[in-house]
Amino acid sequence: MSFFAWTWPSPLFFTLVVPSIHEVLQLDEPGLVLALQRGDERVFTAVMDLYSGSLLRLAMSFVPSRAIAEEVVQETWLGVLEGIGRFEGRSSFKTWLFRILTNRAKTRGTRERRYEPFGLSGPDSDGEDGPSLEDSLFVTEGSGKGHWADPPQGWEPDTPERALLSKECRTAIEEAIKGLPDNQRQVITLRDVEGVGAEEVCNILSISETNQRVLLHRARTKVRGVLDPYVRGEK
Amino acid sequence: MDKNFKQQLMGYMAGNFRCKEIAELITDYLEGSLTLSQRLRFQMHIGLCLACRNYLRQMKYTVATLRQLPSEPVPPEIKEALMKRFQSWKHEQSLQNSSSDSQL
Repeated sequence: MSFFAWTWPSPLFFTLVVPSIHEVLQLDEPGLVLALQRGDERVFTAVMDLYSGSLLRLAMSFVPSRAIAEEVVQETWLGVLEGIGRFEGRSSFKTWLFRILTNRAKTRGTRERRYEPFGLSGPDSDGEDGPSLEDSLFVTEGSGKGHWADPPQGWEPDTPERALLSKECRTAIEEAIKGLPDNQRQVITLRDVEGVGAEEVCNILSISETNQRVLLHRARTKVRGVLDPYVRGEK
Repeated sequence: MDKNFKQQLMGYMAGNFRCKEIAELITDYLEGSLTLSQRLRFQMHIGLCLACRNYLRQMKYTVATLRQLPSEPVPPEIKEALMKRFQSWKHEQSLQNSSSDSQL
């Protein structure tokens, strides 16, 4: 066993709970697009069932209410029907779908005075330039400066399953995501909740790779902080 | 082992990365965006520091937890409305196809 074996991501890290649309329909990407272009109802229903919840979650990070987010999801599917004939497969269908939603949600968000494009609102409302963790978590002077003041404890490997079994903990995670600044919420929703790759997320949200990483790090740090007391049994 | 000596040794071995810096570099590490030198220093620190190893695991488990969040429920009336739109879109498509066929 390698000396650094524990630094490799655990198998859990790669767990994909949601089956891909290709697995559901047993169709490859070109087959899926062709079926949609031909108006295959079974395929459209399956695609809509699989992705509508994901689209709704992302839409809610752009617009001020769930009702508007639901309208954006409907507009997105109508956009799919309008555009599927011209879809050339330069990106995956999923990326294309999320991009349609993002464009429509941004338009609605701007109209509802909720969404401000990346970059226009400054670094961030929570000070993106500073560290993601508070200084008080670390020793501030002496030879131990910069080391943990209260060292993090080990979490059990079944943490994700146990955490999600508790409705209270699940709600706390959902609320933590909703409480993030919009840009962090969009990145963590796409990357960690929906499992979209880094490059695709930059493409969907029109942000740089570095910005994407900073936003993701800050968002993950906050969600970890919310999860920690539940895992430690303090809540 | 003397605590101060252990911290000095760790600092030397880990290229003077402190836990605070490690905590800020974790996503860069997981994303594979550290330079080779940073990556080696990061791994040296993680190898020697149980607290940071725990923190790295916590971040990985946080990601795994998020990945398993249940989907946002979509009201059935939205799906019904969309299926109606799909049917009318399909109908328009077939009308367009038949008119272009008849022009040929």
